[in-house]
Amino acid sequence: MSESIFNLTWLIPLPTALAFFAIILFANPKKRLSSKIAVGGVIIAWILSWAVAIMFFVNPEFTEQPFDLAVPWIPMGNIVFHMGVAVDAVTAGMLFMVGFVLTMIFIYSTGYMSFPGHLDPEKYPDAAKEGLDPRYSRFFAYISLFATGMLGLVVADNLLMLFIFWEIMGLCSYLLIGFWFDKSYPDPKQITPKAAGLKAFLTTRVGDVLFMMGLIFLFIHAGDLNFQNIFANQEFLHELSTTTVNLPFFGAVTWAGLISMLIFWGAIGKSAQFPLHVWLPDAMEGPTPVSALIHAATMVSAGVYLIVRMSPLFSAAAHGGSGVMMFVAFIGAFTALFAATIAVAQKDIKKVLAYSTISQLGYMFAALGIGAWVAAIIHLLIHAFFKSLLFMGSGSVIHGVHHGHEHAHAHGHGEGGHEEYFDPQDMFNMGGLLKRMPITGWTFIIGGASLSAFPLITAGFWSKDEILAHAWADGHMAVYWTLAAGAFLTAFYTFRQIFLTFFGSPRTEAAEHAPESVRSMTWPLVALAFFALFGGFVAVPVDFPVVGGLASDFLAKLMEMQGEFYGLHVAPARFDWTPALISMTLALSGIVVAWLVYGWKPLKAKQSDPLRRWLGPVYTVLENKYYFDELYYFIAVRPTLWLASFFYLFDRGVIDRIVNWVGAFNRWLARTLRRWIDEYIIDGAVNGVGLVTTWTGAVVRLIQTGQAQNYLLILLLSVVILLLLIPFGS
Amino acid sequence: MDLLRSSVLSLIVFLPVVGSIIVALMPKEKEDLIKKFAIWWSLIPLLLTIWVAIDYAMNFMHGNQMAYQVKLAWIPSIGVNYHVGADGLSVPLLFLTALLTTLGLYYSARVIRKRVKEFFLLFLLLSTGMFGVFVSLDLILFYVFWEIGLVPMYFLIGIWGNPKDRPQYAAIKFFLYTLAGSIFMLLAMIGVYLSTGTFDILQAAQTGVWTNAPMFATLSFWAFFIAFAIKVPSFPFHTWLPDAHTAAPTAGSVILAGVLLKLGAYGILRVLLSLFPGQFAQFGWIVAALGVIGIVYGAFVSLAQTDLKRLIAYSSVSHMGYIMLGIGAVAVALNMKGTEGAAESAAMAFNGASLQMFMHGIITGALFFLVGVVYERAHTRDLKVFGGLSAVVPVYYATMMFAGFASLGLPGLAGFWAEFFTFRGAFGIVPWLAVIGVIGIVITAAYILYRIIQSLFLGEYDPKRWTHWTTVFGEHADGPTDMALFEKVTLWPLVILMIILGLWPTPLLMYFNEAATNILSNLHF
Repeated sequence: MSESIFNLTWLIPLPTALAFFAIILFANPKKRLSSKIAVGGVIIAWILSWAVAIMFFVNPEFTEQPFDLAVPWIPMGNIVFHMGVAVDAVTAGMLFMVGFVLTMIFIYSTGYMSFPGHLDPEKYPDAAKEGLDPRYSRFFAYISLFATGMLGLVVADNLLMLFIFWEIMGLCSYLLIGFWFDKSYPDPKQITPKAAGLKAFLTTRVGDVLFMMGLIFLFIHAGDLNFQNIFANQEFLHELSTTTVNLPFFGAVTWAGLISMLIFWGAIGKSAQFPLHVWLPDAMEGPTPVSALIHAATMVSAGVYLIVRMSPLFSAAAHGGSGVMMFVAFIGAFTALFAATIAVAQKDIKKVLAYSTISQLGYMFAALGIGAWVAAIIHLLIHAFFKSLLFMGSGSVIHGVHHGHEHAHAHGHGEGGHEEYFDPQDMFNMGGLLKRMPITGWTFIIGGASLSAFPLITAGFWSKDEILAHAWADGHMAVYWTLAAGAFLTAFYTFRQIFLTFFGSPRTEAAEHAPESVRSMTWPLVALAFFALFGGFVAVPVDFPVVGGLASDFLAKLMEMQGEFYGLHVAPARFDWTPALISMTLALSGIVVAWLVYGWKPLKAKQSDPLRRWLGPVYTVLENKYYFDELYYFIAVRPTLWLASFFYLFDRGVIDRIVNWVGAFNRWLARTLRRWIDEYIIDGAVNGVGLVTTWTGAVVRLIQTGQAQNYLLILLLSVVILLLLIPFGS
Repeated sequence: MDLLRSSVLSLIVFLPVVGSIIVALMPKEKEDLIKKFAIWWSLIPLLLTIWVAIDYAMNFMHGNQMAYQVKLAWIPSIGVNYHVGADGLSVPLLFLTALLTTLGLYYSARVIRKRVKEFFLLFLLLSTGMFGVFVSLDLILFYVFWEIGLVPMYFLIGIWGNPKDRPQYAAIKFFLYTLAGSIFMLLAMIGVYLSTGTFDILQAAQTGVWTNAPMFATLSFWAFFIAFAIKVPSFPFHTWLPDAHTAAPTAGSVILAGVLLKLGAYGILRVLLSLFPGQFAQFGWIVAALGVIGIVYGAFVSLAQTDLKRLIAYSSVSHMGYIMLGIGAVAVALNMKGTEGAAESAAMAFNGASLQMFMHGIITGALFFLVGVVYERAHTRDLKVFGGLSAVVPVYYATMMFAGFASLGLPGLAGFWAEFFTFRGAFGIVPWLAVIGVIGIVITAAYILYRIIQSLFLGEYDPKRWTHWTTVFGEHADGPTDMALFEKVTLWPLVILMIILGLWPTPLLMYFNEAATNILSNLHF
């Protein structure tokens, strides 16, 4: 029974792929139909995912020999590369989350993708009448392909296939971020969707190229890329961690260390970790469901998933003396704090969430770096639930404020005319929305509480606490304190956002008239809020006082059992009061500080952020994201374009000029020789080059006089004569 | 069956000549008839190449021999034979040639309006030269076909080229540059004859060329190499390419990029690798290094372009670099016989280079057609005047997206496998060169997305930016019109190939893999 369900695994990415092709080829002109096809496809994928995942959950014995189904796919020299699908505990957990969250996002999108404010309804009369985005169908095609990428990535049984789906997701993220490619802003410095898409693709491409190098080196050494084959093979891993290669600057490094490092750079790019984090905040230019899809639940967490998959290799590298795990922990912890500081000073509701995503992913990498991969994957799963909830909640808020803005205008009491640009994403334009949008508001608060790790009653507390507990228990004090500081900031900026958006009184007409969103948008929020609260009970430590006995830690257990198969031993962190109390205190004090600043005395309209006054220049630095965009422009973008122009000038001015000089020299030579021949040497030797030039000169004359046919006939005749020679020869 | 097998290659090669003779005999005024005839006629070689592909897969796989061989004395006095045959390397390239020829003729039937008869006559003739090179097993025969391909292309560029792009200059540059290279090649061929007493490639490979005179071997190697490198073209012999590709009519550019460039790479694999393995092993790193320079340099120069067609022309320089890198890696691997993994890496690199030959053919072929689509409407290729077309011409946009992403090597589309195999091979043999080469991958993404996609399609469409629109049939239009049926018929087969081969390259790769294992085992790997 269970085996036969696993045999369906390969079908999981298929429904959405079919939906993609069905929409772009046939359903494209019919908007509603397209969305139905897409939602139908993803629901089938969801059912299949849950069937497989739940089957795995109830049969933990499959961890001993995970399911794998592969078929010969590509001949490579004397070997044949197999492609296939595999299911182990990590896959099952991912399938459970991805299938559900994708479906929620798809349903939400059917409501969200209404006619966008930046387009002129007169240009798109049909779409405006329907009230849908003119490229509604295209949107559903893209997200369907995206879902295929994510589902395929999760079920892939080898690294090459994972890489293929990884890149397909990259393509979709490019398309979706730039979905409103015709949008522009009055402020030329504000990034447009098209530029954001380009930036995302190129930044992640840098990481992907390094990832591909790592993949290739692994392939060269292993002769295979199947996860189970290479990672259950301890001998191979041991060999990889003991043989070394000499690199300039780095000296001798082990192959395991080098390959892990290269692959980790792929994750840095995809999961937007420092220093390749710059693309993700700008990716908020995409429609909000896309932000939930790509930047919360799926694509960015693919980087964490990759490293979880590669954990046996990383731990082998660490055993071989490589510092790659320390590097992962450092990047993760640093990013967690670094991004949290930026989030504090953002005014765009989505940008706060974007930086918080970067920061939370940092927690996961920090966990991976200290070897707590179970905690990492559980935080990944739970984070996906509450972060997609938050993103979709913010989308609902933006929608509401935007409609409120239009409403205010329609009734003639808007502040300023159409000319003045109104930013519906600016939290300082909001306030008091909880009354106007109760479902959105309350679910958002639940998500925010989970993100802030509000003790005991939120899922985020359990998963984040796991990571902190591990860091404490294993003596990674630097990591612990960095993450704890991040936890304080997280609680602060999250509740700053909540107080600014939902509490106090409306600061604009738009906020005053914001309506609650349609049911297709609020319903998924409620469903996700359930998991944001209770999802954490899959990983409560058994020895946690009181609650530990009531809840279960089956998922953590399952993951640990799975680790045994790959030779990974993770001792569950014993419950310790000290770190638990510290992190609880920090989270709560973050909330309290946020209340003191923004909740106690709510901001008035046009009042600026009090933090700006207190932090002064520091606030400006944070607001400008430590000027990384500017820095990269000067050290990467400008030199590249400059080099391109330089090479082109070199091509035309040097290489091609040499060619032309040679040509001119030959022409001169030919002319001179012909004069000589004509005048002096009647039967002298003829220079070959000269002859050729003269001959082609004659050809050109033929063209110019329009008698090319004559020449063609001659050519044809000579070919025919040549051919006729063949039989005579034999 | 045996009759067909013994004549099929000759039929493929010479049927186009017969077709062009028939066209020559047709009255000039009957343009429609000429067009229809040429298209239908070109289907015969296409079907024959498909038959060859199927027959080869079913009956000749794992045989390690040239199939469909025919050997007739041609000029007995100097031992020149009409010797043709095909193996896993040539079979897919024959199909590629036939496919692009048919599509080119079909497309041109709608857009070529002047001197129709000559155009179709020459176009058919052109394919004979290309087919011939891919089946020749005799050096002189190879040379003859090599040169035959030049002449029609020279006229196609010179006469039907866009007058704004200096077509005559481009044509003569193309012609003389290639001819200059092939003169060296002819000398080297004569050298092969003097050394081995035969012009037969297979025989000469078995006896070995200039085994007693390394100096001559080295000279001959370079003579051949320069001829091939000009044709490929490899950096620094590439400057004829942007001019010729830009000036040529659409179908001419397609054939130039799709097939003619591959003749050079094919020559290296077929002639150079089998006749001069020793020298090639010695100088392989130079070839690989030129390839890497080509990849990176070509990508950067592409990034600086603002003319769509010239951009794609330069992108070919970059993409040909992958082929050179792959071939160079194979050659370097000859030094590493016996080293663990060298044989696999060499096979991968060989596969990568040959896959790139085919994939670049369909991808860049499609891209040049796509340039034609917009050029026939806007009558300009200046990327600065466009923008926002995605909302106006969605079908064109979608097609360009497929071709563009295939070109930048997106996994799931055809170009990826070529890159993957090339780098898989190169990293196993010349890792440091490969590391530099991967820079090209990033820059390629930059010029495709930043220059092509963004300039053409993104942003808001502003009708005032460019006003000289017509339909593809030359009628007045108020703005861009989407792809016409004939353009879809031309482009979509290529797009479908990109998708299928991107997901499952095996139908193509099995031929190349066969060739790779055979050719490498003949070199005693």
